Amino acid sequence: MELIRIKGVEKQYKNGVTAVYDLDLKIKKGDFIFVIGASGSGKSTLIKMLHREEKPSKGQIIIGGIDVAKLRNNKVYKLRRKLGIVFQDFKLLPKLNVFENVAFTLEIFGVPMSEIKEKTLKAIELVGLKNKAKQYPDKLSGGEQQRVAIARAIVNGPKLLLCDEPTGNLDHETSMEIMKVLEVINNLGTTIIMATHDRDIVNKMKKRVILLENGKLVKDYEKGSYDCNEGV
Amino acid sequence: MKVFRILGRNIRDAFRSVFRNFSLSIASISCITITLVVVSISVLSSYNVDNFTKLMKQDFTIVVFLDNKIDQKGITEIETEIEKIENVESYEYESKIDIASSMMATSDIFENIMKEWDETENPLQDTFLIKVKDTNYINQTANKIKQLEGVTLVKYGEGIVEQLLTVFNIVEKALVVVVLLLVFVTAFLITNTIKLTIFSRKKEIEIMRLVGSSNINIQLPFIIEGLFLGLLGAVIPTLIVIYGYTALYLNFDGRLFSPFIRLVHPEPFIYVVSLGLVSLGIIVGMMGSYAAVRKYLKI
Repeated sequence: MELIRIKGVEKQYKNGVTAVYDLDLKIKKGDFIFVIGASGSGKSTLIKMLHREEKPSKGQIIIGGIDVAKLRNNKVYKLRRKLGIVFQDFKLLPKLNVFENVAFTLEIFGVPMSEIKEKTLKAIELVGLKNKAKQYPDKLSGGEQQRVAIARAIVNGPKLLLCDEPTGNLDHETSMEIMKVLEVINNLGTTIIMATHDRDIVNKMKKRVILLENGKLVKDYEKGSYDCNEGV
Repeated sequence: MKVFRILGRNIRDAFRSVFRNFSLSIASISCITITLVVVSISVLSSYNVDNFTKLMKQDFTIVVFLDNKIDQKGITEIETEIEKIENVESYEYESKIDIASSMMATSDIFENIMKEWDETENPLQDTFLIKVKDTNYINQTANKIKQLEGVTLVKYGEGIVEQLLTVFNIVEKALVVVVLLLVFVTAFLITNTIKLTIFSRKKEIEIMRLVGSSNINIQLPFIIEGLFLGLLGAVIPTLIVIYGYTALYLNFDGRLFSPFIRLVHPEPFIYVVSLGLVSLGIIVGMMGSYAAVRKYLKI
């Protein structure tokens, strides 16, 4: 079943730079997709358009029935509540502990306290930080902080998880641990789209790979690897 | 239920946030405190000056001297005419005998001379003492009375009264302008301080947006926090108004420097001013937060 349909999408920034050209994509429910490409190839812009941080200049992006391009600024939260987002710089709130950071999303939605506790603990356990729930972000390693960010992104059970270079700040070993966590989440049914530079990860995971070059979709491999792409 | 749950959490979070961002909260609270203290002092003084000018105006009196030749009937006619004049608040008749006796009571010299007079020798004149409703029209009222038959002279301190009135009117208007300006400056200062403190919490707002907070969801805790800050900032100014002003009033026995300058009685004055200060603190705190957060939202 199709979760995302991208049709003729183009993104031109105000300064005149076109980051994405004429993009067409279909993404199935439960897919794990790597978006790869050199810096400035449009990976991040694509991720940003998927969570409506940026609005496409042309074309259509439909996620789970919502036309993202037509979504008004004050309605963006409706889309964001259906997906989880993980960033390279974690974006945790330093004054909240692990539990509070993860529970933050549910609290905003007005979920009852008992449910918050249950879901938050489940998410923290899933990312393997059960014994660090009371710690504050500055006491955690980079990998652990990213796990917290992932737990926060999935705590509401989203159908789609967007990751923008989630391993960009982490060493290889830690990156692989994060990928294991993401694979578990994917196996539970969540569609994952991940923009990355990391050659090893892509090669090892053997997932669908989308290669962007200068804002254009160049290749789309069903079970690809970084090495399929010469010149990247 | 959900609405109450969200509201309850927002109140809790706003309260926590005041303590979590303690130094920023202190910055905002002290800014609110200082500006509200200045506002409260200016309100207290301007209200007192205003009160003083009002009391002075109330003391303005028109004295109407009557012709000694007219009889009781003539006096009654003049009284009826005075009653008809719209600007007349109250009047009092004082016969020349009353005046003579009150003068005699004030000094022995007067008494020695005046007690010799008989009814026909008394050179004083019967008078009406008139208080007006609007002192700005005292001149016109005096002129009207002057034209009545049997009135020989009308005095109300011409010249000085007009000058005083002009000064008082300027002072009253200037005070309103000063207080309004101060309130405006306060609002501006507080809003900017809160804006600065919220600037440092840009990341928090960004994350709230990313995880799916609606705009109102993001603004609400900050607005409630602004309410707390305003409320806390108003505590010291309110105490100054309630205890400080009462102490001042009691210390000077309600009169400042001279018996003419009467202070406004503390009750209910101080409570009205305090209520005003608390409301101003809360409103400005909330507005400041609202304006500051709005800047970081995509609307």
